[in-house]
Amino acid sequence: MSPVIEIMVRHRLGTFELDASFASAGRLTALFGRSGSGKTSLVNIIGGLIAPAQGRVVVDGKVLVDTQARVFVPKHKRRIGYVFQEARLFPHLSVRQNLLFGRWFSRSDARASSDFPSVLDLLGIGHLLERRPGGLSGGEKQRVAIGRALLANPRLLLMDEPLASLDEARKAEILPYIERLRDEIGVPIVFVSHSVAEVTRLATTLVTLDQGHVTAGGPTAEVMSRLDVAGLSGVAEAGSIIEARIAGHDEDYNLTRLETRAGTLQVSRSAMPTGAPVRVRILASDVLISLGPPVGVSALNILPGTIVGIGARGPTGAVELLIDCGGENLLARLTAKSVDALALAPGSAVYAVIKSVSIEGP
Amino acid sequence: MSGWLSPEEWTAVRLSLIVATTAMLASLPFGLAVAWLLARGRFWGKSILDAVVHLPLIMPPVVTGYLLLIWFGRRGPVGQFLYEYFGIVLSFRWTGAVLASAVMGFPLMVRAIRLSIEAVDRKLEDAAGTLGANRAWVFLVVTLPLCLPGILVGMILCFAKAMGEFGATITFVSNIPGETQTLPSAIYTFTQVPNGDAGAMRLTLISIAISVIALFVSEWLARLVGRRIAVE
Repeated sequence: MSPVIEIMVRHRLGTFELDASFASAGRLTALFGRSGSGKTSLVNIIGGLIAPAQGRVVVDGKVLVDTQARVFVPKHKRRIGYVFQEARLFPHLSVRQNLLFGRWFSRSDARASSDFPSVLDLLGIGHLLERRPGGLSGGEKQRVAIGRALLANPRLLLMDEPLASLDEARKAEILPYIERLRDEIGVPIVFVSHSVAEVTRLATTLVTLDQGHVTAGGPTAEVMSRLDVAGLSGVAEAGSIIEARIAGHDEDYNLTRLETRAGTLQVSRSAMPTGAPVRVRILASDVLISLGPPVGVSALNILPGTIVGIGARGPTGAVELLIDCGGENLLARLTAKSVDALALAPGSAVYAVIKSVSIEGP
Repeated sequence: MSGWLSPEEWTAVRLSLIVATTAMLASLPFGLAVAWLLARGRFWGKSILDAVVHLPLIMPPVVTGYLLLIWFGRRGPVGQFLYEYFGIVLSFRWTGAVLASAVMGFPLMVRAIRLSIEAVDRKLEDAAGTLGANRAWVFLVVTLPLCLPGILVGMILCFAKAMGEFGATITFVSNIPGETQTLPSAIYTFTQVPNGDAGAMRLTLISIAISVIALFVSEWLARLVGRRIAVE
């Protein structure tokens, strides 16, 4: 599969230096990093709001920027939809006029991917058409903004932390729509986020940024479990993602059994039907390590595995371990003292005792 | 109404309305362009342009009128050019009164429009750009509608200033009944003749009425537009 997006840029903004390159063929590529890591600058370069000092941007086979060949396609000719953090709806236009804004300017070719009724239906905004943006809730505004970008018939959709300004309830309201967007519409998405939960749930490809540089890139589960990335994602949130399938429900104990490559997991009863694919997230701080098969432990989920990597000791004295459990990567966080006491080293066979598993979505 | 006002007075009222309306409409395109340059432009001499535009606001109106007379009079450099190539005469004509009141009202118009352009959220313009609108379209369908309240205020201010303009007008085009005698000039004339008090009072009342109506119209328009542009 040829990459949907290829980018290689060098740009200076004051004292901040962006020097980033990555390529992605994923349906939803997440740019992930702390605030100030250069995520927004990068999408602004893709969208044409910033002209990079040096570099090349190719989207869907079309060269948008090539400083060597002196190519710079202006933003209104790029056909790149941009959903901003604040919805940026036009206050003097109705929701309908906002949605159709891009239509006035896009040529009539290749509109099949996003006709008006199906976008209304996809985003659940059909009842808002005659209202003005001023009267909409934050979640409604953001959905209209997504629809507006989509109806301009873009070759790529950029989303710059579209959920950051919303409260938890509104986020939960929007997330399923973004999932449908990713799975049902053929437009690839680049999604900026600093939230592990969002990235875990949405991204197919993950690119991590730190201080203007790309630190990792690849399929989400793979990147998430890398030790250097775990440290980067913030002390509290490091963890791993495992692809699973619902194997059945245990009605007596109100539990759901999940089948994974690493073994069976049991979680509290999920509403999803048997056979449905899900992603689960296990926080590194929720994993204990035992050298022998543990007995008399309350934890339901114990997976055998082999240590494949031990990270550097962090500033708080914590050490992160990467454990290979039947092909799935599991991240565990222990104190440096425990690592020494158990004499853990790459190659050690261990049992991972998992205190808590959460289902992150399909 | 024409029974209450003498024909000469009626002529002065009508002339004033024509002069003020023409001055307002004719300076609008220039006002928009200059306001845009001052709000968004980055060029050498921007502060000079700013100062020149504001000059009529600070200078004595008679000075402005005299400068207009020197430049736009029949033998002035600009006036001569206009006459020879376009057959346009400004001095001692109603068109000259339009020019004088437009110059005096211009800084007020530019100020109001400039402030409203500066208040437009550039991020909305960026958003319009990513949706496929080029710069001209962005201006027409985003920037212009969003600064409409400021444009209306600027137009009303310019109109009101033009209605009341006296010093520059009388210096540049004199006080010729039926040609350049606007309301203020007519009131001034009444105060210079015996038994002119009643006429001066009638025209004063009309001046007040026009000002109040202009104020109400601008308030009403601003509210109408403001309701459409509810702040997001």
